[in-house]
Amino acid sequence: MARYLLKKIGSIIVSLFIIITITFILMKIAPGGPFTSERKTSPAIEKQMMEAYGLNDPIHEQYFDYLIKAAKFDFGPSFKYDGQEVTDIIKRSLPYSLILGAEAIFIALAFGVLLGVIAAIRHNKFADYTAMIIAVLGISVPSFIMATILQYIFAIKLQALPIARFESFAHTILPAVALATTPLAFIARLMRSSMLEVLSADYIKTAKSKGLSERVVTYKHALRNAMLPIVSYMGPLVVSVLTGSFVIEKIFGIPGLGNEFVVSVTNRDYTVIMGTTVFFSVLLLVSILVVDLIYGLVDPRIKVTSQEAGK
Amino acid sequence: MSQVHLRDSDFEPIQIDQKEAEKIAGQSTSYWKDAWRRFRKNKLALAGIVIIILLAFMALFGETISGQNYRDNDLMNANKPPSAEHWFGTDNLGRDIFARTWYGAKISLFIGLMASLIDLIIGVIWGAVAGFFGGKVDEYMMRIADVLYSVPYLLVVILLMVVMKQGLWTLIIAMTITGWINMARIVRGQVMQLRSEEYVMASKSLGASDFRLLFKHLVPNTMGPIIVTLTLTIPSAIFTEAFLSYLGLGVPAPKASWGTMSSDALASFQYYPYQLFFPAFFICLTMLAFNIVGDGLRDALDPKERK
Repeated sequence: MARYLLKKIGSIIVSLFIIITITFILMKIAPGGPFTSERKTSPAIEKQMMEAYGLNDPIHEQYFDYLIKAAKFDFGPSFKYDGQEVTDIIKRSLPYSLILGAEAIFIALAFGVLLGVIAAIRHNKFADYTAMIIAVLGISVPSFIMATILQYIFAIKLQALPIARFESFAHTILPAVALATTPLAFIARLMRSSMLEVLSADYIKTAKSKGLSERVVTYKHALRNAMLPIVSYMGPLVVSVLTGSFVIEKIFGIPGLGNEFVVSVTNRDYTVIMGTTVFFSVLLLVSILVVDLIYGLVDPRIKVTSQEAGK
Repeated sequence: MSQVHLRDSDFEPIQIDQKEAEKIAGQSTSYWKDAWRRFRKNKLALAGIVIIILLAFMALFGETISGQNYRDNDLMNANKPPSAEHWFGTDNLGRDIFARTWYGAKISLFIGLMASLIDLIIGVIWGAVAGFFGGKVDEYMMRIADVLYSVPYLLVVILLMVVMKQGLWTLIIAMTITGWINMARIVRGQVMQLRSEEYVMASKSLGASDFRLLFKHLVPNTMGPIIVTLTLTIPSAIFTEAFLSYLGLGVPAPKASWGTMSSDALASFQYYPYQLFFPAFFICLTMLAFNIVGDGLRDALDPKERK
């Protein structure tokens, strides 16, 4: 177990190292310097600024500097906003994204599983078809279109929920639902097929022939086992919510990390782009590791160590 | 009790013609014929095919049907709702949305198809080589893929769009740079399963080269999953294009895609909802059509699903 963990953490560090290197190179070859703007700065000032930010050092020195600082979670100052550290920007905006992301993940899991289970129990009946049509539509309607539809119906026409901003719980409902749409649909399909497979397994027949009620069999025996593929979907779920937040936060005017990333992209604020990219990658790699470990816990058939042998 | 009349001929052995017994009564079907038979039963998937054909037709010829073109602006007629002259209305610069929708269709479908095809080529070669040779080769090739895969796809695409000059091909390149990994993984898994099959060994013992084994025997036998993955990559590429356009990283003007059109319409969608409706509707319709065709193909091509 400890060895497995060490190996995993090792590969995360290797991945991060490569990600940092690649983003560093990309940002260096990006056209236009960090201080290019419509208002021409005098060459003397620009030279001083380059000096102050250490941009005149040889490239390998800059690289090692960045690498060491990144390891300490220090991504340097923002080029566009005076006196703001990238770390501060992340700290400031992360809570919004976390709340929104948690809500979206909850909605996607709760309703996705529910829809999938209903579809499986009513296999080839009306409820099944309805649930699967909802799922296909959910996959086909991009989150940003869903967001606009939700805004139009619930905020403009019905005036039931606030249209944008992030002030109260009511403000979070529409963006969280929009963010959850696609993963919800995926989970519903996954849950349906896994539930169908489990329901035809021998131990379900045994449980039924013991005389257990339909409810106990479905919810106690089948559901628990059918949930396993959902656990392995948690990684892609986090990715989908994370990248979905780029547009959703923009549409709803939420000052979260996704929005900060998009703004930095349009501003060409290179340090912020790099910092948020590295931060996103850490977040993602760690959550995938956690999912791996949880998977080993919930499914005793999978010994964490045996995964290595089976590779 | 009635008398049973027995004749001598009843005691003669029936001549069993060995050749007759070996004869196959039913018509032989190939894998593809069988798949088509199953696919045809799926009405939803057939509807999807029809929608895709119609969309492709309109993308090729729809632009000029209404007698307007996509780039002429007429500021006197800006923001006009759908009418006899402008079937889908006009946008904030007075450009005809009907013509723009089908011009956008051309761009969106082109990006979707191109990106998926490039993914297919790289992914199939990478996956087939890794799966076929196994061992160290496989380990290194898949390790590279794993690392690339650990960065979220959209993040990579956005980063590349920042660095490169905006344009149609930039978009396609950015999308394919890590997009092929999914295909590579699927092909690798299939090839690893198939490489120990008898027909591969037979061909090998007849002296076939690795190249021939790979592309004559192994890859054609993984065509089913490859086609399914391809049909499901197209909608995700169209989605990515629209997503990037929404962030202002799409194809630059005067080119238009469904993504840039809906992005432009977003600012004023409270007042002119139809400007957003048409491109957004066709994005959804296209993704829907490809998704149901992909699902239908998966059901038809996967022998395990056979009922």
